[in-house]
Amino acid sequence: MERNNLRTFLSALLLGLLALSWQACSQNTAETSDLPYLGERQLVQREVDGQQVTDTVYHRIPDFAFINQDSQVVTSLTVQDKVYVTDFFFTTCPTICPKMKSQMIRIYEAFEDDPRVMLLSHTIDPQHDTVAVLRDYADRLQVNSDKWHFVTGEKDSIYSIALQYMVSAMEDEEEPGGFVHSGAFVLVDQNRHVRGIYDGTDPAQVDRLIRDIPTLLPKKKKKDADKN
Amino acid sequence: MLIKTKILLYLAGIAALLTLTRCFYSDKQNEGERLYTQNCANCHMDDGSGLRNLIPPLAGADYLENHRDDLACIIQHGQTGNIVVNGKNYNQGMPGFEHLNAGQITNILNYVQTNFGNNNPRFSIQEVEKQLFKCRHLLEH
Ligand code: HEC
Repeated sequence: MERNNLRTFLSALLLGLLALSWQACSQNTAETSDLPYLGERQLVQREVDGQQVTDTVYHRIPDFAFINQDSQVVTSLTVQDKVYVTDFFFTTCPTICPKMKSQMIRIYEAFEDDPRVMLLSHTIDPQHDTVAVLRDYADRLQVNSDKWHFVTGEKDSIYSIALQYMVSAMEDEEEPGGFVHSGAFVLVDQNRHVRGIYDGTDPAQVDRLIRDIPTLLPKKKKKDADKN
Repeated sequence: MLIKTKILLYLAGIAALLTLTRCFYSDKQNEGERLYTQNCANCHMDDGSGLRNLIPPLAGADYLENHRDDLACIIQHGQTGNIVVNGKNYNQGMPGFEHLNAGQITNILNYVQTNFGNNNPRFSIQEVEKQLFKCRHLLEH
């Protein structure tokens, strides 16, 4: 009888341990799993060796050109082969911007030494936020312009690229500060596909973003070897 | 028997009083915190730490002591121009909060003065009203 009890206890323990490790493992795989491709996709037919093949073409951020805090031109070439996080703000924003920036600083610090990751903040008030104003803003945030570009440009181009990132941004006299905009952080991969949209004012979502970025980065050789 | 009931009644009375004062006290404390979260935390952050050299801190800020007499007006009407907080320059500009009344400003200030590690003397509503009277010409009509 005693023995039986012990046996049941032991098998229960074993089961519990199994369940635990199972969970740990599945969490692991979730972390390295592929992020979705966001935005509209198109199916394109093409012929390969006389066979009809359907390709999925994902929404892609079009070419762009803006000016950063160093008066340097920032284009789609600047972010070529980089994973980047982008947002929309203005320096005189009386609402959520400072919170967004304090969260963006966390991303900056997490990937400060990784040149494969960049940050790109667009002003939606280019009339006020000139290069000099952006320069002062970046200086006061004490961040490096190779890593974190604060860009300005034609108002129309900024608002239309915001749409491409699926972020709302526009002028509205009723709103505090004169603009409506979302606090979204948009995660873009090396091919300018949008892979995630996060609330930049919510530390928990930014935690997730910081965990998602490495899944888009090419695995280091050593890691691959370890796996096999 | 009778004595027991009496004691019980006393105890109940004391308990009721305690909960009442606690409610009253924490209500005000809560209003300060709630208003802070709504109006200030976006810039000064939930913990009053500010943002690098852009937004000055409220946590451990010498400014709160050195400029005690200006604080109510800063909240009501905002602030522009360079200021020095804990030896650092700030010059970003803070918007005013014209919709807040003297009682609300008192609660926010007391929340700031006694949180984030701050341990500064509290404000009475009379003191806040006196300060606001000095800058009343800034009110928009
Ligand atoms: C839009 C951002 C913003 C908001 C919202 C804001 N502040 Fe400020 N605050 C600032 C900036 C920027 C300064 C520095 C102003 C300057 O440079 O003249 C400042 C300065 C101050 C100062 C004096 C300097 C210091 O750090 O002690 C106090 C006190 C203060 N704010 C309290 C508040 C309180 C209380 C609220 C909410 C009712 C609030 N602020 C809301 C941005 C903001």
